[in-house]
Amino acid sequence: MSIGKSEIRVDAFDKACGRAKYTDDLCDKGALVAKILHSTIAHGTVKSIDTSEAEKIDGVVKIVTCFDVPKYYFPTAGHPWSTDPHHQDVADRLLLTDQVKFYGDDVAAVVAENEVAAAQAIRAIKVEYEELPFVLDVDEAMKDGAPQLHEKFKNNILAHTTIRKGDYENAIKEPGLIKFDNWYDTPVVQHCHIENHICYAEMEQGRITVVSSTQIPHIVRRVVGQALGIPWGKVRIVKPYIGGGFGNKQDALYEPLCAYLTTQVGGRLVKLDVSREETFVSNRTRHSIRSHIISWVRPDGTFVARKLECFSNQGAYASHGHSIVAKGAGAFPQLYPCDNVECDAYTVFTNRPVAGAMRGYGIPQAMFAVESDIDSIAAKLGMNPIEFRRKNLMPVGYVDAFSKNENYFDSFNQCIEKGKAYIDFDRKLEEYKNQTGDIRRGIGMAVFWYNTAVWPISLETSSCRMVLNQDGSVQVQLGETEIGQGADTAYAQMTADTLGIAFKDVHVVSSQDTDVTPFGTGAYASRQTYTAGFSIKQTALLLKERILKYAHELTRMPEYNLDLIDGKIVRTTDNRVLMTLGELSTEALYSLSHSEHLTAESTAQIKSNAYSFGCCFAEVEVDIPMCKVKLVDIINVHDCGRLINPALAEAQVHGGMSMGIGYALSEQLIMDSKTGRTLNNNLLDYKLSTFMDHPRLEAQFVENYEPTSAFGTKALGEPPACPVAPAIRNALLNATGVHFNKLPLNPHNLFSRFKEEGLI
Amino acid sequence: MYDMKALYEAESIEHAVKLRVEHPEAQIIAGGSDVLVQMREGRRAGKELISIYMIDEMRGVSLDENEAIRIGSLTSFSHITKNPIIQEHINVLGEAVDMVGGPQIRNIGTIGGNTCNGVTSADSASTLHAWDAIVEITGPNGIRRIPIKEFYIKAGTVDLREGEIQTAIIIPKKAYEGYKGHYIKYGMRNAMEIASTGCSVNCKLSADKKYFEDVRIAYGVAGPVPMRVPSAEEFIKGKEITMENIEGFAKKVLDDIMPRDSWRASKEFRQHIAVVMAKRALIESVKLSGGVI
Repeated sequence: MSIGKSEIRVDAFDKACGRAKYTDDLCDKGALVAKILHSTIAHGTVKSIDTSEAEKIDGVVKIVTCFDVPKYYFPTAGHPWSTDPHHQDVADRLLLTDQVKFYGDDVAAVVAENEVAAAQAIRAIKVEYEELPFVLDVDEAMKDGAPQLHEKFKNNILAHTTIRKGDYENAIKEPGLIKFDNWYDTPVVQHCHIENHICYAEMEQGRITVVSSTQIPHIVRRVVGQALGIPWGKVRIVKPYIGGGFGNKQDALYEPLCAYLTTQVGGRLVKLDVSREETFVSNRTRHSIRSHIISWVRPDGTFVARKLECFSNQGAYASHGHSIVAKGAGAFPQLYPCDNVECDAYTVFTNRPVAGAMRGYGIPQAMFAVESDIDSIAAKLGMNPIEFRRKNLMPVGYVDAFSKNENYFDSFNQCIEKGKAYIDFDRKLEEYKNQTGDIRRGIGMAVFWYNTAVWPISLETSSCRMVLNQDGSVQVQLGETEIGQGADTAYAQMTADTLGIAFKDVHVVSSQDTDVTPFGTGAYASRQTYTAGFSIKQTALLLKERILKYAHELTRMPEYNLDLIDGKIVRTTDNRVLMTLGELSTEALYSLSHSEHLTAESTAQIKSNAYSFGCCFAEVEVDIPMCKVKLVDIINVHDCGRLINPALAEAQVHGGMSMGIGYALSEQLIMDSKTGRTLNNNLLDYKLSTFMDHPRLEAQFVENYEPTSAFGTKALGEPPACPVAPAIRNALLNATGVHFNKLPLNPHNLFSRFKEEGLI
Repeated sequence: MYDMKALYEAESIEHAVKLRVEHPEAQIIAGGSDVLVQMREGRRAGKELISIYMIDEMRGVSLDENEAIRIGSLTSFSHITKNPIIQEHINVLGEAVDMVGGPQIRNIGTIGGNTCNGVTSADSASTLHAWDAIVEITGPNGIRRIPIKEFYIKAGTVDLREGEIQTAIIIPKKAYEGYKGHYIKYGMRNAMEIASTGCSVNCKLSADKKYFEDVRIAYGVAGPVPMRVPSAEEFIKGKEITMENIEGFAKKVLDDIMPRDSWRASKEFRQHIAVVMAKRALIESVKLSGGVI
């Protein structure tokens, strides 16, 4: 068996040796270079563009402006398309626009023989704007008379959804209840994947090929078709290895523009390589969400009624839109079920860079609010924060009415016990109470709610193809992409075990090409091992059936007495090896009596979803006069079902924890209130945490095999990033007694809160 | 791909001076960790460059005949940190430049570039100010040596005249003998950082280790250029080593420093941190000097 073993990643050697080819490695060096002119105002209209000076620059091939592009409005979100118009994403983008909605919007593009000429031409283009007032803040944007971004969305509200359970107003009349009323704020952050978005496009036989650093090639194919107003079959998307995505590349970014540019230069090869500065501003960001939680609690620590209002800052265009805050609001009544709940979630347009999908999809924001709130309430009730959670957490056997997800196991308590034991929680919680002095220690924890995949909100489907080679090895193709998480390796392990061949004999075709790869919507929603698992199992069983049928022809034994074990055809009645799969495969392809190309291909319909829970424990040392938090120790514990590859699972958790540490302590994008310009769109001023800011990262697991899953596995991609920030925040509370309700916990925020509390 | 008009490669100091005279508009480039970044950003796009990076005679640390420490301007940060002369006499400088950026930057970046930039946040600059460093400048009329305080004219501008290049930084014996110091860099993270404020303190104690014979303190990012803090220095000179005096010294820095408000940090925050840093850096310097608080 390969599943459960820490097999070496199938791409490890190529990636470590620098042989693995990424988009820029594959692009022919003779490609033309495209660069984008971004707006220098936050809101307004482009009156005119003067390209005369730019066109004189040696090497400039073509300049296109917002006045040249076709007016096909398109959506960018990497959601499966819905054939029901009411469920389709908002189509509010054009390839280039004269209606500027944020500082950094795309106004014109240059295609040149080289990078220097393209950059010079961008600087030489003169744009005349008519400026409009702009708004960056959600509260301001919702007011009457605020600048309006999109005609169809009054008061800039993209969506407002509600959840109502029980009778909140009546429930709060119960005598003796204690009311808690708090606001929480999370910042705008960015994915900071190592490889910026890059794509190149060219034409052949009237069709456009785009090679792109994307998570979602099949979705991008559809969006390029929509944006250019051409049949989707005229577009071919190829996805090579990518240097991370974390959700930013779960959007169509510049593939539509690049595809359009090649059509404007006679189909010549055009490369569009986005700079880090542009990535911060003109790709996607994480939604900043403001949450207001009111809880009515009995003195024994049980919830009677709870209310959540959350306001999500969408930025200028819809992208993934309301799905993000809706996911967080949906988690609220589930994590700590309570009879009387009211949730109101708003997504609001502002003149900020566009927010989209990012690892955790609204849950890191929601967990910061919810899990910080839990500790603040526990502290004020004088209760142990874990005991307080246990009184209210989702019980075993809980079933969510909408998703039909069931809490089959006592995952929360099992994870909490492991975390507590590792970090010595109970002792430290007591020891760190009531400290004095400049340097103090603190311990904190948080749990998180997550689910796997997008069913039933959206389509869940996965298609797989397997092809048998002469030597008995197999190629596997899937639409669920390898984006660094190790999906290809997990797929190979699943295929090997289901088919009955060795791990080394499975060749996963890593690159997706929409012309040849079976349809699949890509990598997102922590769904790859779960969703692809179904189609891998189904297809491998189909292939095995065909192999055994052929084995019957060769061996004359009935199929029901044959099996494929360790790459051999075995007669199960006496376990005799009749032939190897290699011998069978060679015969199958070269047989003069009956040659057959043994393959299988199938689509799995996935109509289930699975909870994925866990927790984080963190210990900090706070230097009060210096306004600094040092993370001393940290552990995440996850129940993601069966571990397909423990080493890869651990790596996935480390990466998510790292992202959570930056979110907790240092990261935020800052916009200038006077101009709307992003001030720190570079890796110096944007404080991505470095490994000098990390302690050793501990990852542990609880393995309750998920009953709905083909291989017992469920979400692990995004969950590790979800509980880290509130755990660190709660450790800071334990250390100082100061309740922090705003991220990041950086020196600026510590300085102002410590001053308010009289600590400095 | 850089938008560079021309690159002139200097083979010697004399050749560099000649190139500077011939191409007065050209930008000097050493390691390139600032110049190339600015060129990529478009700020120096299309400029001519004079590279001095191959002039090995400007590299290395030595003691001259007067036992002054001479640091060639092209000496990299990592070489300064690992140099035995630096470690013996002015270890704090090695520690300070070991906080620049990350390992790659410290291998390519030079102390000459760090000071010729004229930026207030340079990690070497506050320590060089605090140790009364002398800047050696070579030009068409020969060599001149000026105190580092005078080298800095204003933010981004240093006293390099037509045809001149900075060739060395010198710490005279009387500036280092008997002194021990400590540098604190305040950043928002622990690497890949430019100082929000940097504070370098050193002291010389009385023979009985009970009094401050001399204390010197300098800041980066407490004003437009790196600066000394005379009020605090005068306050503590000759005083007994007590926590009260150290705290008095730390508060005194507010009389001289003038940090500004920016989105990177507020003035109020920088002032608060400056006081904490002064106190902690002096306590550490006392400990390094064998004193007890």
